[in-house]
Parts: sequence; C-alpha cells; structure tokens
Amino acid sequence: MVSDNFLGNYASCVAARSTNRAILAGSQDGGIVTQLFAFALEEGIIDGAIVAGPGDEPWRPRPMVATTVAELLAARGTKYNISPNVSFIKEATRSYGLDKVGIVGTPCQMQAVRKGQLYPVGLRDVPDKIALAIGIFCMENFPYQSIVQLVEDHANTKLDNVTKMDIGKGKFWVYTERGATVQLPLKVTHKYEQPGCHVCLDYVANLADISTGSVGTPDGWSTVFVRSKKGTDIWSKALAAGCFETKPIEEVKPGLELVTKLATEKITKNRKTIEERASFGVGKGLRNPYI
Amino acid sequence: MGLFEKILGIFKKKDVTVETRGTTAPKPDEPEKPAVPERPAPPPTNAIPAERAPVVEGQTSAIPPDEKVPTTAQTDTKEVKPVSDKITAGHVHMSGCTGCEVAIADNYAGLLTLLDKYVDWVYDLTLADVRHIPEMDVALVEGSVCINDKISVEEIRETREKSKIVVALGSCACYGNITRFCRGGQQNQPQHEAYLPIGDLIKVDVYLPGCGPSPQLIKNVCVAAYLLLKGNADQQALATAYLKPLMQAAERGTEACFCDLMIDVIDQGLCIGCGACAAACPVRAITHEYGKPQGQRDLCIKCGACYNQCPRSWFSFDVVSQYEGIMETIDAAMQE
Ligand SMILES: Cc1cc2nc3c(=O)[nH]c(=O)nc-3n(C[C@H](O)[C@H](O)[C@H](O)COP(=O)(O)OP(=O)(O)OC[C@H]3O[C@@H](n4cnc5c(N)ncnc54)[C@H](O)[C@@H]3O)c2cc1C
Ligand code: SF4
Ligand code: SF4
Ligand code: SF4
Repeated sequence: MVSDNFLGNYASCVAARSTNRAILAGSQDGGIVTQLFAFALEEGIIDGAIVAGPGDEPWRPRPMVATTVAELLAARGTKYNISPNVSFIKEATRSYGLDKVGIVGTPCQMQAVRKGQLYPVGLRDVPDKIALAIGIFCMENFPYQSIVQLVEDHANTKLDNVTKMDIGKGKFWVYTERGATVQLPLKVTHKYEQPGCHVCLDYVANLADISTGSVGTPDGWSTVFVRSKKGTDIWSKALAAGCFETKPIEEVKPGLELVTKLATEKITKNRKTIEERASFGVGKGLRNPYI
Repeated sequence: MGLFEKILGIFKKKDVTVETRGTTAPKPDEPEKPAVPERPAPPPTNAIPAERAPVVEGQTSAIPPDEKVPTTAQTDTKEVKPVSDKITAGHVHMSGCTGCEVAIADNYAGLLTLLDKYVDWVYDLTLADVRHIPEMDVALVEGSVCINDKISVEEIRETREKSKIVVALGSCACYGNITRFCRGGQQNQPQHEAYLPIGDLIKVDVYLPGCGPSPQLIKNVCVAAYLLLKGNADQQALATAYLKPLMQAAERGTEACFCDLMIDVIDQGLCIGCGACAAACPVRAITHEYGKPQGQRDLCIKCGACYNQCPRSWFSFDVVSQYEGIMETIDAAMQE
C-alpha cells in the first residue's frame, strides 16, 4: 500500500483502457468507469450504479440509477457541471431496491459517501450497501450556467452541437458535430468555477474504491488508482475477465509525475484559500468545514 | 492505518473476553493506561421480563417474545464472562414517538451482540422493568422535553445528574424536530404545548441526530462509547476521534433546519452540489436545481439530518480517511 500526502493511499496505479470498443467510443478517456460498472453489473457485484445521465438541457446531467449496460452507456462522458449523484444514494436502496450500489463521483462526492457510511445521519441502511464507489479526478467543477457562458459566449458554439468537452493540456476543449474544435485557455475558465471547489483538498478521489482520470496517461488511456480492499478485489476480477488493457504507469508519458504535480498544486492552492478565508473580513473570517 | 490494525487485532482474537479487550489488554510495548474508574457492579440482568418483552411492530423483535425469561441461575452463568466490564446504558423516553427506540431494535442481531458483549441495558420504560432512572454510563435520551410537564423536567435533570454521558438520540432530542410544531390540544394532556430539545435544559455530550436515527449510527456510537469508557489507550483515541464531531454538534446548539445549510454552507461559499443533503432528508424537502440544493422550507421538520450529513458542514479527514479501518473495527466488534 502506497501512502502519499497528495495522492492518498493506493494499492496499485496503472495506465488502462477498456478492451470494449463500444464502451470506448463514447467514453471520456479509457472508459474505465463505464467498463467497471458494466462488468460489476454483469457479475452481480452491483445491482445498479448512480451515474450522471442525460438531463433536460444539452450537457446538463441528471443523476440516474443505471441498472442496465444500455443505461450505463447513455451516461458515458464527462459533463463539466454539477451532477448531485449522492442525492440518489438512499433512493437507490429504496425505490430502486438495490442491495449493492455502485456510484461514480468527484472526490468531494466520495467524501460525502464515506462520511455517510461512518456517520449515517439520514442514510438508514445505506452504509453496508455501497458495493463500488468509483472516483474521478477533479480539479474543479462548474455551475451549468458557467458552461453555457463558456461554450456559447466564449467559444461561440451552440451547446446542442457539442459532442465532447474536455480539460487537458492547459486548455478547455469544445468539440462539435461538424468537426470544429474550439479551445479556451484555462485563465478564461477559472472565474467561472464553482466557488466551493476552492477549498477542496482532494484531486484524485483518495476515498474511492477505485479512482481514475485522464491526467498522466496518453489520449484514450486513463490513470487508475486501485485503493480499497473492495476496489482491489473488483479490479483484479475485471483484469482476469479481460476487461482492460493495461500498462505499468512508469512506462507511459507523462506518468505519475504530472498527476503528483497537479495534485500538489491544487491542494496547496486550496489550503491557502482556506487560510485566507480565516481573515476574510475585518477581524472576522469565513467558515472552515474541516475539523 | 497502524492504529486501526492494532485495534482490529484485538477484536479479531477469538472469544473476546474482558482479558483481551478491555482495560486489561495493553499493548505489550506500552504501559498500561490508568484504570477506568470503578463503578458499581451491573444490576441483575433480569431486566427483561417476558410479559414486557419488546414486540416491535411488524418484525421479529430483537428479543423473541416467546423466549423464556432467563432464570436467575441461567442469568448468572451467562453473566460470568465479560459482563463486569460492560458499560451501563439506558433509554430515557421524553416526548418522542418511540421511533428512535425502534431504530435501536432495528439493529436486530447486532442489538443482541451489543447487549451480550458491551452494554448492560439498565433502564428503558419499554424494555426493562425499572421504574426510576438509575445511575448509568450512557443515557440515550429520545424526544424533547415538555416543559409543561413536571415529571419530564425532573427526569431530564435526573438523567443528567446520574449519567456520565448523555446522548441526544434522534432529532427531537437534538433539535426539537417535529415537536417544535406542537401547539398543544392533544389528548389527554391538551395543555402540554411547549417542547424543548434536551440541550436547552441540560448539557448534552453527544448528538445522534436523525428522524429516526439510523440503526447503523446508533451501533457506531454505542461501540465508540464502549471503547471510550472501557478501551485501552488506542481504542480510546479512536473512539474520541470518531465521537468528536458528534460532540461538537452537541456544542453547536439546539436549532437545525434547512436554513443551517444556507447559513453555514451555501452562503459561506462551501457547497459543492454533492447531493448528500437531499439524500438525507426524511421528508424530501430538498431538491437540486442546477446542482444546488433548494429547500422547500414549509416541508422541513427541523431534523438537522441534511446539515449533519453534508460533507461541508463538518468533515474530519482524520476520521473519514480511515473509513475502511473504522468500519472493519466496528464490524469486528459486532461479530458474535
Ligand atoms: C467536473 C469534472 C472535472 C474533472 N477534472 C479532471 C481533471 O482535472 N483531471 C483528470 O484527469 N480527470 C478529470 N475528470 C475526469 C475525466 O474527465 C473522466 O471523467 C474520467 O477520466 C473518467 O473517464 P472514463 O472514460 O473512465 O469514464 P466514462 O466511461 O466516460 O464514464 C464517466 C462517468 O462519469 C460520470 N460523470 C460524468 N460527469 C459527471 C459529473 N459531473 N459528476 C459526476 N459524475 C459524472 C458519467 O455518468 C459516467 O458514468 C473530471 C471529471 C469531472 C466530471
Ligand atoms: S474540485 Fe473538489 S469540490 Fe469541486 S467538484 Fe471537484 S472534487 Fe468537488
Ligand atoms: S450536502 Fe452540503 S455540499 Fe452537498 S449539496 Fe448539500 S449543501 Fe451542498
Ligand atoms: S430540510 Fe429535511 S433534512 Fe434538512 S432539517 Fe429540514 S427536514 Fe431535516
């Protein structure tokens, strides 16, 4: 078990991508999330998974309990705005009747899940039913209206025509149906970020069973941290079933070094923000949620 | 993880008894911790007479109604093992709906394990044939206090005086909850109209909110309380870390509703739209509009679940980062 101040505890870290072309086709990166849930669903490791499904407006996600592979596929890809996936965590065990729940979420959502398991104030009978929590790396998130502003105003593109959004290589990328690509420098996007993200102290979902993101690996691949006992068990079964193609993380570029660099930058910056909040006013500060 | 593995090791030993578990089990390389102050021997455990056996509606109760009352002899044999090191606890019923008590019973076999290994249940109007509030280590108080009822006021005062740790069990005891809305007029005491969370009348040590509180949180808090009072130094450290946020919740005050999320989380620029508040709300008063929580405040019953479930109201990296170890520790403690 590796224990890192910024990357958390993990049993192993690899570069990986799904061996299933259909999954890869619409996935954000290596299709890790969708492939893992599809495998877990077919194996009965989970009865369903809470994912960010399609919502009422283009690129506006709505949390959804997916109980079929088709539903998982419909929820592929990153939506760069808030999908309150945790809001379904009790409902999944009630109306949906799941005994073994999968959930994907940002690092802060993994924090909510773990706090909920240890302190289930309003989560009766939920703690033992979390069968697979997959975390996705996250530098920041945006309100939906920020995405409208960025895509429709700054990138001058209709949201309906967008096929993919991505953040990478220092830019915010917007891809359209007709093959046009617009890129915005991140200095444009920063001011539109969700403010709550600025006190966030986790980049690579340290509390997930398995966490994954694009940073560290070549396009179309993902960096995967296998963390908990549950995660280790499910990951090894998925590998044995041939779900993933993998490479040692040491052999890919840019590798863990970049992940560490970004994690350190994010957490250091946000720690500073928390400090600054303490003296935000005159002799008065803003709350620090961490105790 | 070292701490948890050590503690886990202690629990994993077969046949857990006082010798391997309690104050008499120091780690070989550490001096024994100061002994926990002596307390009176646990009262006789014929506390559950058959005619008042708990039959919780619609389920097999934790103690089967047809089970024979243990004879004194049986009780004695049973009590020989680890009992002298149990903590004493009881359920004090103020103005609540008994839902909190049902939640305790909803631990099913877990409740039996708790009673078997860790807790002597010395007071409980529904379950134990004891009329007056005795001395106890932990009092779990359900319900708010009707200040128009002399006996309730006396009993809550007495509870404080006779208990080492007072736990406000459930949202009525913590925050008033649904009893905040009482205007009196109910039979057979129509003049009973004013109800206060217990923290407005006595000092409360630990909050265990929820309407009803979840059986799992009750289990966690009971195991933690046991470790705090009877454990070795490592176990006490774990229990203290775990209970700290719930102690701070008790210090924070007796008011809670959706507004607390607005005041302490959203207005403070801390909300991240995770959804935990909506999941926690027992009356579905919270929805998410464009990712952000919206409370229908007319629906809100002032239970405080959303606030306490939110990862941005309070969050302890120390504790939550060790979630796996802690959950294993508690599970191990609950193994029969
Ligand atoms: C707001 C945000 C910021 C991110 N920032 C980074 C970053 O800085 N660096 C990095 O390496 N990776 C980041 N990622 C992760 C990355 O974009 C991919 O989501 C991740 O690599 C998984 O890709 P995949 O191909 O394995 O998953 P897929 O198979 O495409 O599945 C993705 C899963 O995530 C769910 N999902 C999509 N959007 C959201 C959302 N908003 N909230 C919760 N769940 C969602 C989908 O429903 C789907 O189940 C971010 C993701 C999000 C949502
Ligand atoms: S940056 Fe942190 S707080 Fe913001 S969405 Fe990502 S994980 Fe959540
Ligand atoms: S639980 Fe807290 S952080 Fe999460 S959505 Fe609700 S108010 Fe926001
Ligand atoms: S909004 Fe719901 S969870 Fe929050 S205090 Fe009101 S009733 Fe309780």
